[in-house]
Amino acid sequence: MRPTERRVLLPDSTVVGLHREEHQRPELLHHFADEQQQRDASSLGMWVFLATEVMFFGGLFCAYLIYRHWYFGDFGAASKSIDVALGATNTAVLICSSLTVVLAVWAAQTARRTLLLGSLAMTMLLGVTFLGIKGIEYKQKFDEHHVPGASFSFENEPIPGHPGQYANPAHAQIFFALYFVMTGLHALHMIIGLGIFLWLFIAAWKGRFTPKYHTPIEIGGLYWHFVDIVWIYLFPLLYLIDRHP
Amino acid sequence: MSDHSTSSPLKTYFAVFFALLVGTGLTVFAATLDLGPFNAPVALTIATIKATLVALFFMHVWHASEKLTKLVVIAALFFLLLLLGLTMADYATRSWS
Repeated sequence: MRPTERRVLLPDSTVVGLHREEHQRPELLHHFADEQQQRDASSLGMWVFLATEVMFFGGLFCAYLIYRHWYFGDFGAASKSIDVALGATNTAVLICSSLTVVLAVWAAQTARRTLLLGSLAMTMLLGVTFLGIKGIEYKQKFDEHHVPGASFSFENEPIPGHPGQYANPAHAQIFFALYFVMTGLHALHMIIGLGIFLWLFIAAWKGRFTPKYHTPIEIGGLYWHFVDIVWIYLFPLLYLIDRHP
Repeated sequence: MSDHSTSSPLKTYFAVFFALLVGTGLTVFAATLDLGPFNAPVALTIATIKATLVALFFMHVWHASEKLTKLVVIAALFFLLLLLGLTMADYATRSWS
């Protein structure tokens, strides 16, 4: 709609049309034609940010691929020491949280306040569960001296599929360095995501979202799903390299 | 996002959710099989199917009213594949040195 169509000229030549309309639609910023355009612009901006995140994680995945190509057997032995049950549980936890996120978006679209608040709270609970399980996993790695550094130890660990051969500890250490950096960076994203969802929950509690305006939930949801997708790749790459007996 | 995607998306959401759980189970099971050189491709194929489901239906790329969104997604994937593909084309063919 062109701005000229909304203007109402009063006898004293004061333009009040735009002003009144802004009060009726307080969430619509004046440089957008309508809510749909405003939503699309926000979502596009988020996707551009996610594209930079793809490149950000892409560098790490690239480093991983090169070293896995060079030290395949050592990576297999090191991967086998990680608890696959914890990793699989965490994958399921994240998938559940992605479901609660889409439910939150749907609840905001259809003005279901209880479902919206419940879904946002459930998402945070699942996110905290993920980080807790991650913490248990890290604790195991610390106890086993699998953390890269002065106390690192990975002696006499057999290479899967090659009886009598043992992993080179220096090469295994590279695997664990990548493991901690990649899962740590992912966990940092989860913590940021928890902050975003806490903010969304408070805003939803105050009733800021309506079927016409729920862009922050959609945008926060895009971020959460992206973090889920990163994990979908991290899980098989780090936990499931060479699991067959 | 757009109006036609808000009519009744719950069925889609739950179908995708169960597909993701099945995919997770499948990838754990596939890792216990000895598929020779095919273990990694199978795991990555399952992961890519799961990621595509999340992007298309949970992140609403399928119903995106803005074509630019799809362009950004494709551009991101293109540059990621460029990064990984060209790097591995170098490293994976260096066995003579």
